[in-house]
Amino acid sequence: MTTLSHTVADAVTVTRRNLIKIRRVPDLLVFTTLQPIMFVLLFAYVFGGAIGEQDTGIDYKEFLIAGIFAQTVVFGSTFTGYSLAEDLQKGFVDRFRTLPMSPAAVLLGRTASDVVNNAISLVVMGLSGLVVGWRIRSNPLDAVLGFLLLLVFAYAVSWIMALVGLLVRTPEVVNNAAFIVIFPLTFIANTFVSPETLPGPLRTFAYWNPVSSVTQAARELFGNTNPQFPPPEVWPLQHPVVYSLLWALAVLLVFVPLSVRQYQRTTSR
Amino acid sequence: MSDAVQAEGLAKAYGSGDDAVRALDGLDLRVAEGTVVGLLGPNGAGKTTTIKVLTTLLRPDSGSARVLGTDVLADPARVRGTIGVSGQYAAVDEYLTGFENLDMVGRLYHLGARAARERSRELLDQFDLTDAADRQVKGYSGGMRRRLDLAGALVARPPVLFLDEPTTGLDPRSRLGMWKVIDDLVREGTTLLLTTQYLEEADQLADRVAVIDHGRVIAEGTADELKEQVGGERVEVVVEDAGSLGAAREALAGLGRGEAVVDERARRVTIPVSGGASVLVEAVRRLDAEGVGVSDLGLRRPTLDDVFLTLTGRAAEEPDEPDGPDAGRTEAQGVAR
Repeated sequence: MTTLSHTVADAVTVTRRNLIKIRRVPDLLVFTTLQPIMFVLLFAYVFGGAIGEQDTGIDYKEFLIAGIFAQTVVFGSTFTGYSLAEDLQKGFVDRFRTLPMSPAAVLLGRTASDVVNNAISLVVMGLSGLVVGWRIRSNPLDAVLGFLLLLVFAYAVSWIMALVGLLVRTPEVVNNAAFIVIFPLTFIANTFVSPETLPGPLRTFAYWNPVSSVTQAARELFGNTNPQFPPPEVWPLQHPVVYSLLWALAVLLVFVPLSVRQYQRTTSR
Repeated sequence: MSDAVQAEGLAKAYGSGDDAVRALDGLDLRVAEGTVVGLLGPNGAGKTTTIKVLTTLLRPDSGSARVLGTDVLADPARVRGTIGVSGQYAAVDEYLTGFENLDMVGRLYHLGARAARERSRELLDQFDLTDAADRQVKGYSGGMRRRLDLAGALVARPPVLFLDEPTTGLDPRSRLGMWKVIDDLVREGTTLLLTTQYLEEADQLADRVAVIDHGRVIAEGTADELKEQVGGERVEVVVEDAGSLGAAREALAGLGRGEAVVDERARRVTIPVSGGASVLVEAVRRLDAEGVGVSDLGLRRPTLDDVFLTLTGRAAEEPDEPDGPDAGRTEAQGVAR
């Protein structure tokens, strides 16, 4: 067998292991399904009264969904770092590293199964969105592309989290650290409000924040925009799909090699 | 016989400057093919670091290591194909079944799906885990987890095996079970390097023992040779009345291989002996004949602490595990506390 087919086979084996765990660990299932439902309901009914069509151009529930999607899949990516830190702590990475398997396979398998995690979250959120009044107003193909773009972006973020998990080594710390970074990252954006309402520096940050461009891209692909309310005149939000993909590509180019290198050096203490 | 494992001048420091901790400090080690070497030492002596270097997990700062002739640093991938490793903490996935754990390892060794399945069932059988095979590991006892972890190391029938403290944390019964499993393995000709904190364990399992302290080997030989160095077995008698210490000493004189030593404060007489339990019986007879009242009497075997005291002049650092393989009066004591 060639190195490449070994890598693929090993990654499939590791992915399978991770997927079995999704079914068997109840906490995990709660995390991937209940939490997104809670977010949809909370934002739709808590913010939905205060922010309306006059602010966003469309019904707030339609405006909101793409933002919650983006926020949830970015948060979902922290699970990559959490799980790797846990495997490291429990000596599982040590076991993998003494096997004659591909050095990239554990990370490929981890990030792949986290795409499945995120896809489950998206389906659950999409359904709860439909219940509260969200509608796809484009066509099925664009809608599918919207979901794919969210997953691709989250996949890239997963590789950042992989490196964080391998460096930080303690699952709880990974979670807390990620929370401190991701919470502002997903709020200082166009996810829940129009970025024009933000004060100066935050507004600039929101314009160039890739979470904004992913959200904008998803909104456009789902048809949840109003031509009367065009996005701000900045390149990332005028070309949200391209900008988001460029970000994802850049992140992967940097963090895949860094994470694989770190994996090959790391061992439990 | 050629060496299956060979390490020369291994050094590894954690941290830097004055705070640096030298985990390994010029460690040399050889394990001849088909033999078992026990790496004996207290916590922090460098046992786990040695295993990590030899199993490709950790690069040493200097020194060299070979496994079956392959340079561990230059060609780690090839080394991984020839070794099996079982760590100090059972690296098994709680949420997978015993079978799924082994099957996964088999696939990652590239045995092929069918061979991995068959080998997993075979190992579960061999390790007495058949009944639990399709249950999630989270319901397993500590001993079962260790056996499963060891089975994981054996999936690809590796010619060289590394076991890091295979029985630490196990209760005495599981420990005995583990010893039997390991003993059977070695009988089949596997080369094994194992680490332990217990002299008795090294004695049971290893052909040769290397005592390690502060990252270097400070003594090496068969278990008998080491025990010889530290004085071997001894009979200890604690008398009821300090006045009869002299009588007890007289009674025991000539029983052993050396001078009896009296500890007045502890009302104890200690004499080095050889011959095991029969000597103990003779000691009882003699004490009884002299009418010495005895409050405690036992046959003691040297412990890691004794080895350390003799070799380094200080006690071994206290281990994490509160219980040694302390299986009764005439068994060796656990690491003294």
